[in-house]
Amino acid sequence: MRQFIQSVAENSQYQATYLLQILRQIQYRYHYIPHEAIEQLSALLNVSRTQIISVAEFYSFFHLAPRGQYELLISDSITDHMLGKKELIDYLAKKLNVAIGEVRSDGLVSLDNTSCTGMCDQGPAGLVNGYALTRLDHAAIDKIAELVNQQKPLHEWPAELFQVDDNVYKSGLLLNQQIEQGSALRSTIKRGITGTLSEIDKSGLRGRGGAGFKTAMKWQFCSEEQQPERYVVCNADEGEPGTFKDRVLLNSYADQVFEGMTICAAIIGAKQGFVYLRGEYLHLHDKLQSILDQRRQNGLLGNNILNAGLDFDIEIHLGAGAYICGEESALIESLEGKPGIPRNRPPYPVTHGYLGKPTVVNNVETFLAAAAIAVNGGDWFAAIGTEKSKGTKILSISGDCARPGIYEYPFGITVRTILNDCGADDVLGVQVGGPSGTFISNQELDRKLAFEDLATGGSFIIFNSSRNILEVARNFTHFFAHESCGFCTPCRVGTSLLKKQIDKIVDGHGASGDIVALEELCRLVKNYSHCGLGQTAANPIVTTMERYLDLYEKQLKDISFEPGFDLDGALETARRLANRDDVGAHLAQTVATGSVPAATFPPSMDGVSAGDCREPSWTPSLADESEHE
Amino acid sequence: MSKTITLDGQIIPFEEGQTIMDAAMAAGIYIPHLCHQPEVTPHGSCKLCTVKVNGRNCSACTFPAMEGQEVLSEIKELINDRRRIIQMLFVEGNHLCPGCEKSGNCQLQAVGYHLNMLDSHFSHFYPDRTVDASHPDVMIDQSRCILCTLCVRASQQEDGKSVFAVSGRGINKRLIFNAQSGLLKDTDLEAADRAAHICPTGAIIIKRTGYLVPIGQRVYDHKEIDQVSLETETEHLNHGE
Repeated sequence: MRQFIQSVAENSQYQATYLLQILRQIQYRYHYIPHEAIEQLSALLNVSRTQIISVAEFYSFFHLAPRGQYELLISDSITDHMLGKKELIDYLAKKLNVAIGEVRSDGLVSLDNTSCTGMCDQGPAGLVNGYALTRLDHAAIDKIAELVNQQKPLHEWPAELFQVDDNVYKSGLLLNQQIEQGSALRSTIKRGITGTLSEIDKSGLRGRGGAGFKTAMKWQFCSEEQQPERYVVCNADEGEPGTFKDRVLLNSYADQVFEGMTICAAIIGAKQGFVYLRGEYLHLHDKLQSILDQRRQNGLLGNNILNAGLDFDIEIHLGAGAYICGEESALIESLEGKPGIPRNRPPYPVTHGYLGKPTVVNNVETFLAAAAIAVNGGDWFAAIGTEKSKGTKILSISGDCARPGIYEYPFGITVRTILNDCGADDVLGVQVGGPSGTFISNQELDRKLAFEDLATGGSFIIFNSSRNILEVARNFTHFFAHESCGFCTPCRVGTSLLKKQIDKIVDGHGASGDIVALEELCRLVKNYSHCGLGQTAANPIVTTMERYLDLYEKQLKDISFEPGFDLDGALETARRLANRDDVGAHLAQTVATGSVPAATFPPSMDGVSAGDCREPSWTPSLADESEHE
Repeated sequence: MSKTITLDGQIIPFEEGQTIMDAAMAAGIYIPHLCHQPEVTPHGSCKLCTVKVNGRNCSACTFPAMEGQEVLSEIKELINDRRRIIQMLFVEGNHLCPGCEKSGNCQLQAVGYHLNMLDSHFSHFYPDRTVDASHPDVMIDQSRCILCTLCVRASQQEDGKSVFAVSGRGINKRLIFNAQSGLLKDTDLEAADRAAHICPTGAIIIKRTGYLVPIGQRVYDHKEIDQVSLETETEHLNHGE
């Protein structure tokens, strides 16, 4: 092991910024991060062991205790659930004789859930030792179980298990034709830096990650910084459940994305660029490397690009399972080899980014569009779309429709048109922009996708009338609690409280005050969280509650208070100790009338009021509130 | 003429490079906080010091003061919500004040009183967390840790060591110690270190000092935390660039 770790560290020039990349290799080789590896790396990289441990414990794909030689993860996205994920993972667990979340006793295989893997159009999906598995069904699972038990190496597994399709159903301005390699750079050189920036400005291009900051403005701010060392970062950490368009862009349009990054580098004066590729897209890594190599050979990367005196190169950094790294300052922390915790702002990355230097972070699609604009001009792009949302948007469409996949539309398109195109009927609602976006009902299908109305990073999940909206909101709420980085109180504690509270209501333990409590909690998490994750974590509940309050209310009982736990279950130990199981030894929590189920208290509990059993929680009208009214 | 901001209607001066918290404290105005101590770099994680700056919520301890800002702090909405935030901290850990040595000297408890917190409001998590009593002079009860990272920062910035770090993600975050064994006794922490004394709760306790000062005669038994904070913390205040 010593030798392996020595060589991995050496290949990374002993740079602590490569910590994630190093740990990825160790995890892949040993299926955990051994204690000895941490000690050795600490000395080799000159970083504290606590930094290495905190990185290993932050990212979902690293483990301090051994996982199986085959690490199986099944995607827990709502779209996977809609395709029967629950039943499949249970089947897989049974087939492999391993419990979910555990390692089999012989150490051969481990099984667990993972956040959306970005295969929503070809799920149920999963990962084996980091490599994407698609279209899982019983036959595929039988095959996987067999391969695992035969200990077949992954490269001998049948390719169809790993087949990832683009599924592009509708192309527009950008997807119709890829630019010729190098043409955008040549146009940039010909037009000049200022001229190119003004074309991008004229195009009206706004960031495609969802926030919509004007691209030209971001690049200009960065170029005006005093600090000469600058960086370009492509955010390919596409973690929003239901989003997979960047996977397709990197699979089939990567050359153009890299060209867009190179133009950005020319404009802001950067010599180094990074693609931060989410760990779930490991299958794209080698292909992207070979495209980079080819660009170097063709004089489009490296020193003196196209003999124009431009030096720039691009490195690929893989993530390791953390949705928060899609937030640009968390992504930069991760690039630096640290846990992905969003920074305090100001300062912004454009002035203090990677290693404290001015940095432009843009989405994959933004760079793709920028390259096309450099070739075709700003007017070409701005002629399409709406006043404040120019050009087109590439959507990832999944859920209940005949043709899930990639669709490119001019901004301003109505939801109804999209639903017709992808073959969705009996629509109940659509989650636009992923869990952090908005749930719209079938009464709002004439709304438009645009920054003026429904802003979106591209996730578009369709639900038909057979779906349970509360289960959707619950799935998303659990997702945010799992992905909260834990930095600030309102998100760390608040998202877990949201999870408990929605579980309480959906599981039928909610009482009349619980909706008010849920609303208050949503407001707190939204208004006080440190970054976008927390600020949007309550959106699934808020946007569904706005539209379907009756569904939430139907779950409630007509009593003033229900504890958040199973009262009767809590008495089980006492029943066993007292050796009784008669009617009097049970508490009926399900009685829906009256505030205290006093009649069901056993004689031995006489004199104990129900109030004493209550947890001091969730009571809607508390003394401390009235004092400040 | 110096630059000014308006805090709850009062015009207060600030120096370039100061945060809203710095400016407020220099002007003798207390904004509730737990993860902030002027002697170390601000962190902005507990969110108790959230103020409204021109209508937007910002952490006073990290947000720079800028000419003409309209800052609101002691308004009903913020007072009520700060109480909710500190209640979150209480239910996240196991804070049993009557049995805690820090009671009366505890900032968490004192801010709780300051915010008129009378119950825990949310359901308790009752987490199963560890105690490390291996060190001869210092003990750590993770049940009382609120992940403010003051000890992490004080160890680095004031003691020139790196004894502590916060590890994990989300609700599973925890304090870890920089030793091969992972135990506090094998770190270079000493009882005299600033990091051993900066804890705003009872998570880090110096051994053999328990109840030397009786309950009832402790810091916050006599004074409210706003007064103590302004008296003791302003000496380290950042006076700008």
